[in-house]
Amino acid sequence: MVEVLAESALTHDDPLIIAGRSLGSRLVMGTGGAPNLALLEQALLASGTELTTVAMRRVDPRASGSVLDVLQRHGIGVLPNTAGCFTAGEAVLTARLAREALGTDWLKLEVVADERTLLPDPVELLTAAETLVAEGFVVLPYTNDDPILARRLEQAGCAAVMPLGAPIGSGMGIRNPHNIALIVAEAGVPVILDAGIGTASDAAHAMELGCDGVLLASAVTRAQDPVRMAHAMRGAVQAGRLARQAGRIPVRDHSLASSPTAGLIGVPRGDW
Amino acid sequence: MIAVRVNGSDQTLDDGSTVLDAVSSLTAAPHGVAVALDGTVVPRSQWHATPLAPGAQLEVVTAVQGG
Repeated sequence: MVEVLAESALTHDDPLIIAGRSLGSRLVMGTGGAPNLALLEQALLASGTELTTVAMRRVDPRASGSVLDVLQRHGIGVLPNTAGCFTAGEAVLTARLAREALGTDWLKLEVVADERTLLPDPVELLTAAETLVAEGFVVLPYTNDDPILARRLEQAGCAAVMPLGAPIGSGMGIRNPHNIALIVAEAGVPVILDAGIGTASDAAHAMELGCDGVLLASAVTRAQDPVRMAHAMRGAVQAGRLARQAGRIPVRDHSLASSPTAGLIGVPRGDW
Repeated sequence: MIAVRVNGSDQTLDDGSTVLDAVSSLTAAPHGVAVALDGTVVPRSQWHATPLAPGAQLEVVTAVQGG
């Protein structure tokens, strides 16, 4: 009797656990960039995500429909971010507002240096993280692909670290896989690859490098067919996770035959 | 009347207006809304009991698509 591992057992009994909370999907979605709420809703469902980011902005009296309604309708957890903040002070106030508005301590902490690069400002980021951890927030910082900064954020009490693969919205994939692997090797908290994902192979790559999850938005919401790409990302994250767990073969300089060399037939030279 | 600033716009409100009055002028259904008054968050339970002083700066925010 051959025992076959059911696909469901391979992918469903492997939750991502952050700060004691269990998530059935290792794909965290963003909601920015979607052309409309209806398409966003379909894409979120196709992705299988259980945790999804939102931004905090001034109330617009003319706005119709709310991303919160979409998330609530499907029981998707909300992860407010501090996008658009350039200083620790702005990020801390935005975080406090998010906690009051949404009733969650969870926070994707973003403190960027400038609008052109949207790269994290390491000093402001660490300062904000320390303050918010002390206030009881579950802080998930969007950080540079810098192993030392990731270490400092973990030491500050962050519940995960979320290094970028490439600049936000660039779709360039993982530009420094060596640094991501270094962060993974040292981290005692989950590592979520955040930003830079362009297509499914990038998400699989992140998971193969040992990341615990992937956070992406534009790659799905700005794809020509967001729902189809959401399916692709769901599969890619699962495939990359399984490949990491399976243990890949070492890369070799030369070939290694997979067929046996013993028992080859003999053919007389020049007689065919 | 008192002059205040709500989400970056100048507004004139009746004397004795509270945070709740200012929020109500923006949105009828303040689900998922939070308020900062001069840089400090005012809990929803205190909106009705927090009067606005002349020159007060209010930020009234909610969740939108992003990230």
